[in-house]
Amino acid sequence: MAEQVFKRTKGLTERPFHYCPGCTHGIIHRLVAEVLEELGVLEKSVGVAPVGCSVLAYDYFNCDMHEASHGRAPAVATGIKRVLPDRVVFTYQGDGDLASIGTAEIVHAAMRGEKFTTIFVNNAIYGMTGGQMAPTTLVGQKATTAPYGRQKDHAGNPIRMSEMLSTLDGAAFIERVSVNSPANIRKAKKAIKKAFEVQLEGKGFSMVEVLSTCPTNWGMTPKEAIKWLEDNMIPYYPLGNFKSPEEVK
Amino acid sequence: MAKVKGKVTFKEELCKGCELCTTVCPVNIVKMAEDRINVKGYHPATVYEMEKCIACGNCATICPDTVIEVEREKEDK
Repeated sequence: MAEQVFKRTKGLTERPFHYCPGCTHGIIHRLVAEVLEELGVLEKSVGVAPVGCSVLAYDYFNCDMHEASHGRAPAVATGIKRVLPDRVVFTYQGDGDLASIGTAEIVHAAMRGEKFTTIFVNNAIYGMTGGQMAPTTLVGQKATTAPYGRQKDHAGNPIRMSEMLSTLDGAAFIERVSVNSPANIRKAKKAIKKAFEVQLEGKGFSMVEVLSTCPTNWGMTPKEAIKWLEDNMIPYYPLGNFKSPEEVK
Repeated sequence: MAKVKGKVTFKEELCKGCELCTTVCPVNIVKMAEDRINVKGYHPATVYEMEKCIACGNCATICPDTVIEVEREKEDK
């Protein structure tokens, strides 16, 4: 008797991803789609796609989707959730979108405790536009606009969004995860599920930051990129839960 | 004792040859098919020694393009 252990989730459409070989966007898309399917909320979910590599996310998720202008996904999600409070609303944003041009939107959405979920994909670079330095680029990391590597005196230190947002009272659940190994991918899925459960319980803003790779713009093979993430990103962006609903009064 | 046997299937036309699946297999049977090229122009991932598969699902978990499906067969020995 054969039992299916793993198959493509119904939460994704049939369309093949356009992402580069080894890009972890595909893994993260799948985790979100699996969680929506397992929670049985696909039919009442509304996703908000960002600008960046994942701008075409609306083609891949098998639920209602909305496109937002650059960085404004939290503002659009706020509107959708307030008008349709019974829907499950999530934004899917990269670091160029959330931590740079959209910082004001995400900070104020978290401050107001808007009851939607944000999936924040941090790959420490601007992917779609060709590998420019992002606010999350590590010191010393090379980018097309930092050919000698990011310099602290010139560009400052990278921003840690999870730590920053966890200081806000409106944020109910903040966790940072990584997709560098099967074990961490399973942990990431658990965190994403918890974030959506926090939303379903109406406890406030929830966000999962996912450390991701960009083999193309880092100039590495997918295998080297995973190793680079483990050696460089995880020490600067520690994994773990920064806030859970139990701490929120 | 029941022995767990697995079977993985690859939707080869979706594979982009990133090789991440080959790094996580505990029994080291996921290989790139160097003898053929798929419609995207990559050597797809494949398994030649299916009888060694233990159905752990690691390869499918890390695959960014949902190329891999895993089945588990249980048989009494």
